[in-house]
Amino acid sequence: MTFIAKPKLHHPELHKNSLGYTRRDYEGAISTLCAGCGHDSISAAIVRACFELDLPPHRIAKLSGIGCSSKTPTYFLGASHGFNSVHGRMPSVLTGANLANRDLIYLGVSGDGDSASIGLGQFAHSMRRGVNMVYIVENNGVYGLTKGQFSATSDKGAKSKRGVVNSDEAIDLVGMALQLGATFVARSFSGDKAQLVPLIEAALKHEGAAFIDCLSPCVAFNNHEGSTKSFDYIREHNAAVNFLDVIRSREEITVDYAPGSVELVTQHDGSTLRLRKLHTTYDMHDRVSALTYMQERQAAGEIVTGLLYVDPNPRDLHGHLHTSDTPLNALMDDALVPGSSVLAHVNARLR
Amino acid sequence: MQPTDIQDPDYFHKVVDCQWACPAHTPVPEYIRLISAGRYADAFMVNWKSNVFPGILGRTCDRPCEPACRRGRVEEEPVAICRLKRVAADYKGDVSDRMPPAPTTRNGKKIALVGAGPAALTVARDLAPMGYHLVVYDGDSRAGGMIRSQIPKFRLPEEVIDEEVGFITAMGPEMRLGQRVDSLKGLLDEGYDAVFVGSGAPRGRDLDLPGRQEASENIHIGIDWLSSVSFGHITKIGRRVIVLGGGNTAMDCCRSSRRLGGDDVKVIVRSGFEEMKASPWEKEDAIGEDIPILNFLVPKEFKHRDGKLYGMTFEKVHAEYDAKGRRRLVPTGEPEHFFECDDVLVAVGQENAFPWIERDIGLEFNEWAMPVVNETTFQSTNPRVFFGGDAAFGPKNIIWAVAHGHQAAISIHQFCQGTDVNDRPPPMVTLASQKMGIHEWSYDNGVSLDLRFKVPHRDKVIALKDIKSEVELGFDLKLAFAEAQRCLNCDVQTIFTDKLCIECDACVDICPVDCITFTGNGDEADLRTRLMAPAHDLDQALYVSGELKTGRIMAKDEDVCLHCGLCAERCPTGAWDMERFLIDVAQAENACCSK
Ligand SMILES: Cc1cc2nc3c(=O)[nH]c(=O)nc-3n(C[C@H](O)[C@H](O)[C@H](O)COP(=O)(O)OP(=O)(O)OC[C@H]3O[C@@H](n4cnc5c(N)ncnc54)[C@H](O)[C@@H]3O)c2cc1C
Ligand SMILES: Cc1ncc(C[n+]2csc(CCOP(=O)(O)OP(=O)(O)O)c2C)c(N)n1
Ligand code: SF4
Ligand code: SF4
Ligand code: SF4
Ligand SMILES: [Mg+2]
Repeated sequence: MTFIAKPKLHHPELHKNSLGYTRRDYEGAISTLCAGCGHDSISAAIVRACFELDLPPHRIAKLSGIGCSSKTPTYFLGASHGFNSVHGRMPSVLTGANLANRDLIYLGVSGDGDSASIGLGQFAHSMRRGVNMVYIVENNGVYGLTKGQFSATSDKGAKSKRGVVNSDEAIDLVGMALQLGATFVARSFSGDKAQLVPLIEAALKHEGAAFIDCLSPCVAFNNHEGSTKSFDYIREHNAAVNFLDVIRSREEITVDYAPGSVELVTQHDGSTLRLRKLHTTYDMHDRVSALTYMQERQAAGEIVTGLLYVDPNPRDLHGHLHTSDTPLNALMDDALVPGSSVLAHVNARLR
Repeated sequence: MQPTDIQDPDYFHKVVDCQWACPAHTPVPEYIRLISAGRYADAFMVNWKSNVFPGILGRTCDRPCEPACRRGRVEEEPVAICRLKRVAADYKGDVSDRMPPAPTTRNGKKIALVGAGPAALTVARDLAPMGYHLVVYDGDSRAGGMIRSQIPKFRLPEEVIDEEVGFITAMGPEMRLGQRVDSLKGLLDEGYDAVFVGSGAPRGRDLDLPGRQEASENIHIGIDWLSSVSFGHITKIGRRVIVLGGGNTAMDCCRSSRRLGGDDVKVIVRSGFEEMKASPWEKEDAIGEDIPILNFLVPKEFKHRDGKLYGMTFEKVHAEYDAKGRRRLVPTGEPEHFFECDDVLVAVGQENAFPWIERDIGLEFNEWAMPVVNETTFQSTNPRVFFGGDAAFGPKNIIWAVAHGHQAAISIHQFCQGTDVNDRPPPMVTLASQKMGIHEWSYDNGVSLDLRFKVPHRDKVIALKDIKSEVELGFDLKLAFAEAQRCLNCDVQTIFTDKLCIECDACVDICPVDCITFTGNGDEADLRTRLMAPAHDLDQALYVSGELKTGRIMAKDEDVCLHCGLCAERCPTGAWDMERFLIDVAQAENACCSK
C-alpha cells in the first residue's frame, strides 16, 4: 500500500475542461489495491472519461458492492456521491437511487464475484428493467479480495495460481446482458485505454442500461500461466470488432475512412459515436447476430472486445413506469400533498 | 529512438537540474537531505568538498542553480538552495577535525599563486593535501580577494570569511600577503614548477564626462570606494548620493551609502529596470532600504561650483528595437533631468588589467588584451602558467572562480606529474536503489506543497545603523527543515527495466505529472508529440526503453518528474526502481577526500 498522498502538483500544462476542472480534479483518494491491479487502470479510465465529457462531479453517483473492484469508487471522483453497498446488492441500491432521483448520472461498479456469483439475480433484474446507468464489471475471474478463489466468470479449464483446474462452466455476463435487454453492451480490457475510455464515455452518454464487461487482471492471484484472465492471455486473444470515438454534438463530424469501414451512430442525447470497424460484417444493432457472433468467436478461443450492441433510442425504467419527471427530492408540497379532492378521486378509481 | 544510455554519467546528471547548473556541480539534493536529517556538519562537508566556501556562498552566491531548479517548473518558485547552504554553515559546529591536515611530507613541487581570491584559494585547497609547496601572493594584507575587499559586511560578516579562508590557510600554504607581484617573468625565474594567476578583474571603469576632473573630490569609483569601506579607510559619505550603474557593485554601493550617512540615495541606470545586471533579489533589497532605482537616464554632466559637486544632469531615453531585436537607447527629447547630490559613486563596469605580465614570455594575449586561456584546462600559451577566476575570462562570480580553481588544480597536478593536461579525469558515479520495503524508501518521497519560505531580515532601523550588522538572519532550524522539504530529490532517479514490465499502466495512471507514456516508437520529434503531456522543452531528455512485449516502448519526459517514486510504488514487478545517483565530479587527485 502506498502511504503518501498523490502530490497535488500537476503538469504545468494540464488542460481544464469547460467546467474549469483538470483531470486531476476527478481523482479520488490514492488506491490501496495491489500495485498493478487492473482495477486501478479502469479507475483512471473513468476519471478521463468524466473529465473529457465535462461532467459535473457533484452530479454523479457511484455505487458498488464488495470486492477489490467495489472498493475502487474511493479512488476516483472524490467529489461525487458514493454508496458502498453490501455484497452483490449494488444493482438494487442503484435502482432505488435512480428511481428517487433520475437527474443524477449513475455509475455502478462491481466485480465478477459481486455480479456473477452472489449478485447474479440483482444484475439480471437491473438489466431487464433498463435502469439508466453505466454498469461496469471489473472482471478478473477471481474473488480478489478474499485471496483468489475462482469466480463464476472463470473459464472452464483455467488454472488457479496453485495449479487447480476450474471445472465449472463460466457465466458470460455479456451474453446475459444481451439476452436480458441491456441497450448498450461492450467488452474491453483494463490494459487498453484507447478502447476503454471512449466506451465509458459512450456508455455515460447512453440513456438506458449500459453494461461494460471490463477484463481486469488480478496481478496478485490471476496473472499466471494457465490463467485466461492474465495480461498476456488477454493480449494474445483479444479480437476487437471496432474502435470508437465519441463526438460531442458541438464538434464537427468528419469521416475520412474507407467506405464501409466507419459507422456513425447518433445517440439520443445528440452525441455521435464514430466506429472504426475492424470487422465489416459485424452488425452491432442486431442482438441475435451479435450473440451468435460472440458465441462463435468464443468457441474459437477469441475474446471479442469493442462496442458489441447499441440501441440508439433506448427506453429506460422511468419510461416504463411513467414516473415523475422531477426527482422526488425536488417535488414541492403542492405536488406531494395534492389535497383531499385528489385523494377522493384516487379512492373513487379504486372502488 | 534508441533506448536511452543511462550509463552515460551526463544523462542523470542533467536530470539533477541544480547540480548540473552549478558550475562546481555541488550535489545539492544530497546536502538538502542531510539538512532535513539534522546532519548539518555532513551537509557542510558535502558543500565544502564541491564549492569550498559554503558559508560565504550561502550568503552571496549568484545561484545559477535556482533558475534551473525543477521546483520552479512545477510550482511558483525554486527551492532556496543558496540559503540552505548557509544553514549548513551556520549550524555545522566545529568541523576543523574533518579538514584534511597539513601534509607532513612535500612532493617536491613548488607552485606560485597570484592572488588570494576564491580561485587561487580553491587551487590551494585542492593541491595542498598532495604535498605541494604553495606560495600565495596577494597585494592585500588579508586573504579572500574581492570576497574580503568588495562584498559589504552587512551581506557577509568578516568571521565567515575568516573561518573558511582559515580552513585553507591551515593546510599549510605559504601566505605572502601584502606582497604584490610586479613581474610574472620574475616569478617564473624563481623556478616555480607552475604559476596560477588568480588576480581577478581589479579595475573599475570610469565615466569621462564634463565636470569629472573638477568635481573629483566627490566622485568615486565604486569598487575602489567599496574596498576602502571594507578596510575601514572610508567611514562616511554625503547625505545625498547618486549611484551610477545597475550591477552588483551598484547595489552594494547604494546600500553601503545608506549606512554611512546617505539618507537620500538613488540608483540611476541607463537601461530599463528589467535589463539591469543586478539579481532580482539584490534590487529588491535595495528598494527595501528606501533606495529608488531610476531608469532610462543617461548621465551627461557632473555639476560643480567652486570645485564642489552639487548635482548631475541626465538625458531621458527610451528603448527601441530593430528588426533583429537589438536594443538602441533613443533620446525622448524631454528637457534634461537634474538631480542634486553630494557624492557620486560610479559603478558602471569592471575590467581586467595585467600591467605586471610581460608580453615576451610566451604568454599570448588576444585582441581584447586578455590572456589566451584554454577553456577546459585553464592553461595559457605558456605551459607553466594557468589562469582562473575573473582573471581568466573577465569578471564573473565566486562560484565560477571556484569551478575554475578545481579545473586548474587538476591541470597543474597533471602538468607537474608529467601527464597530459588534456586527459581529464572522469567523474565517479554511483547508483544505489533506495528501496527499503514494499513501499518504503530510504529517502523522504512525500512532496511538500509549501511555497518558498523567506529568510528573515534584521529590523531595518537597526540594520541601517551599522554597516557591519548582517541584514539576513538566516533560516532558523524550523524554517530550514520546511524549506528543505520542498526539494524534490531530483537525484533519486527513476530507473526502468524493460524486461520486467508487464504493461499494466499502473505507473501511467499514478504519475501526478503525466511523465510516462507507453506508445509506438518513433524519432524524438515525433515521439514528443505523442506523449501523455506536452514535452516542448528540448533541453529536458526523454528516457526511452527498449521494445516491450506489445511492441511499444516506454517514454518518460524527465522535465517535470517529481521523483515521488509513486511509479515504482505502483509497479507490481519492480520494473521501476528509485535509485540515488551520486556524481562526484573529478577534482585534483586526493583533493579533500575527507568525508
Ligand atoms: C562590489 C562587488 C560585489 C560582488 N558581489 C558578489 C556576490 O555577491 N557574489 C558573487 O558570487 N560574486 C560577487 N562579486 C564578484 C566576485 O567577488 C568575484 O567574481 C570573485 O571574487 C573573483 O574571484 P578571483 O579569485 O578570480 O579574484 P578576486 O576575488 O578578484 O581576487 C584577486 C586577488 O588578487 C589580488 N591581486 C591582483 N593582482 C595582483 C598582483 N599582481 N599581485 C598580487 N596580488 C594581486 C587582489 O588583491 C585580489 O585579492 C562581486 C564583485 C564586486 C566588485
Ligand atoms: C455477503 C457476503 N458474502 C461473502 C463475502 C466475502 N467476499 C468479500 S469480497 C468477495 C468476492 C469479491 O469478488 P469480486 O466481486 O470479483 O471482486 P474482486 O475482489 O475480484 O475485484 C467475497 C466473496 C462478503 N463480503 N459478503
Ligand atoms: S487482489 Fe487482485 S483484484 Fe484485489 S487489488 Fe490485488 S490485484 Fe487487484
Ligand atoms: S528540487 Fe531539489 S534536487 Fe530538484 S532541482 Fe530543485 S534543489 Fe535540485
Ligand atoms: S517519480 Fe514516477 S510517478 Fe513520480 S513524478 Fe516521476 S515519473 Fe511520475
Ligand atoms: Mg473478481
